[in-house]
Amino acid sequence: MMETKVEEHPCSAAADDVRIIAFCCHYCAFTAADLAGTMRQQYPPNIRIVRLPCTGRLEVNMILQAFVDGADGVLVAGCEPGGCHFIKGNLRARKRVDYTRKLLSEAGIDPDRLEMYYIAASEGPLFAQTSREFTEKIQQLKRQRAGGDGTSQSMNGDGT
Amino acid sequence: MITAERKPFEEIYECAKRHKRVLLLGCGTCVTVCMAGGEKEVGILASQIRLAARERGDEITIDEHTITRQCDAEFFDEAITRKAAEVDAIISMGCGVGVQFCSERFPDKIVYPAVNTKFYGATVEQGVWSERCAGCGECIVAAFGGVCPVARCSKSLLNGPCGGSSEGMCEVDPEHTQCAWQLIYDRMEKLGRLDELEEVQPLKDWSHHRDGGPRTIVREDMKL
Amino acid sequence: MNATLQKSGSRLEAVLTSGQFAVTAELGPPKSADVDVIRQKAGYLRGVVDAVNITDNQTAIVRMSSIGAGVIALQEGLEPVIQITCRDRNRLAIQSDVLGAYALGMRNILCLSGDHQKFGNHPTSKNVYDLDSIQLVMMLKGMRDDKVFACGDEIRNTKKSPIVEPRVFIGAAANPFGDPFPFRAVRLAKKVKAGADFIQTQCIYDMERFRKWMEQVRARGLHEKVYILAGITPLRSVKMAEYMRDKVAGLTVPDHIIERLNRAENAEEEGQKIAIEQIHELREIPGVSGVHIMAIEAEKTVAALAEKAGLLPRPA
Repeated sequence: MMETKVEEHPCSAAADDVRIIAFCCHYCAFTAADLAGTMRQQYPPNIRIVRLPCTGRLEVNMILQAFVDGADGVLVAGCEPGGCHFIKGNLRARKRVDYTRKLLSEAGIDPDRLEMYYIAASEGPLFAQTSREFTEKIQQLKRQRAGGDGTSQSMNGDGT
Repeated sequence: MITAERKPFEEIYECAKRHKRVLLLGCGTCVTVCMAGGEKEVGILASQIRLAARERGDEITIDEHTITRQCDAEFFDEAITRKAAEVDAIISMGCGVGVQFCSERFPDKIVYPAVNTKFYGATVEQGVWSERCAGCGECIVAAFGGVCPVARCSKSLLNGPCGGSSEGMCEVDPEHTQCAWQLIYDRMEKLGRLDELEEVQPLKDWSHHRDGGPRTIVREDMKL
Repeated sequence: MNATLQKSGSRLEAVLTSGQFAVTAELGPPKSADVDVIRQKAGYLRGVVDAVNITDNQTAIVRMSSIGAGVIALQEGLEPVIQITCRDRNRLAIQSDVLGAYALGMRNILCLSGDHQKFGNHPTSKNVYDLDSIQLVMMLKGMRDDKVFACGDEIRNTKKSPIVEPRVFIGAAANPFGDPFPFRAVRLAKKVKAGADFIQTQCIYDMERFRKWMEQVRARGLHEKVYILAGITPLRSVKMAEYMRDKVAGLTVPDHIIERLNRAENAEEEGQKIAIEQIHELREIPGVSGVHIMAIEAEKTVAALAEKAGLLPRPA
């Protein structure tokens, strides 16, 4: 089973900081992320990128496991429909992401903590923007959860 | 294969939360093929239970294991026996046969089913399974061009169709269910055997089916 | 048609064998133990029809039993046609019911597959379908003519008792409009082979298709082996016509009929007019021996329809 344990990031200082796993396909989204870096487009350090050959490689349990191990949000980024290097991988990922959202909901996890985006290789700025927006959303959702019942939700994988 | 569908999550969770440590046992044969209870599905269900337990403040430890088949004693080896001894309860993702067989193997443990067993079916396309056989105990499909009227006709008519066949679909579910008798007619027409359908099929002997009582097969030549 | 000895002594059989154009109708039993409903409906139909079909849990909705209501119908001076579906009863229950029905004076039985319980008010029930409608016809014929039960036992109480078999007039349903169309006449042939004495068809709106079906039926000589009563259901509104077209499997309603109802000032009257025209047309088709008027929950309208269509008075 894939280990995606999230360690404490040296830069994260705030108590409500979030940990986000971004599954990115090599040919499009990861390349865009790379480009964002080259172009000095800022995006939050909370995003930890996991490079896959294609989003079609994603298994449902890879995403669930990320949440089990403590992720506050999971972002899946792949090629535009029609632009997948492996033809249909991103379409399959889309179905699996939708299914996983349903499974999260069953388990009592807000399905909006998982999102799939389409980002082409040349769209460095879009990658950065998407990362920022998703991070903000996850932070807000976390605050809501914490505020809702008066106690913070655990970020660790051991139930504490 | 025997097909099944995973039970609603809440139903499974209600069983799991009664115990501190639970073994989620998958089956590598039928339920793997119909994607309901194989190794992959065990992993997914385990993750869901862990997430839910954390959310609700329940303490449940999930062990995961999958054996080749839960309907054969030889696959309940030492490994699984050791694991079963360490847990408080077992949730079997096998079909109804597997759940019961597992129960017999571990009589001191409660074994919960995690799937609802459905029918004998085939994979029509990836992700779609369709009923083909009713296990009637007296196979007559050749008389119907290879299409079983018992399993595939909503009314199990041996002298069909009824008046509810319309454009090849069955009135019981005109969007999804094909009329078996349209299939039989088309098949027999292709085979040049339509005249055989003019014979009146006599009453079926249902005693070979479950109606005759729970069934057993014995091969004396095979017994040790 | 051979003027054979009466098989059952039923009035319906007498009318048909004498070559007269027969008229039957439908009476739906109540969804309760209310006997007055039956008496009232019987009142509308007395003297208007030769026999009246008492439905059996029609559309899989629980109603008073066909035989139970049939007894009331008999008391009210009507001759019942008991309907038996294969959905709810196995071969034991059916044979038992047939003996009972005959003992209570009923002489006509219509054999049906029965609507699947999914359509009714008890969709979670187990369905039976121990036999199909054709096997049912065969079983009844075996009881009447071979004087044996389905298992082969003689129909006598003890080895020394007399054989007392149910001498019933056996009917089956036919749907000229279902698929596969080329097979429909074959299915009718099977019912005739199995022993059907009379046929009542699904209600007809598409006269063209019905004529084509009758051609196939005549080509096989079936019209000489069985009495065919053509089904009629007068339409009472555009909504009803559209419902029949869209929601009832195995039924077609041609556009020109819906147009007529749309254009008419009074759809119910127009519907009756259409029905009367159909009855006249059907009388002209060779092989059609009568009409079966299924006025669902509108038994009151049958008398007027029968009269305007020139079907009254009924033979004594």
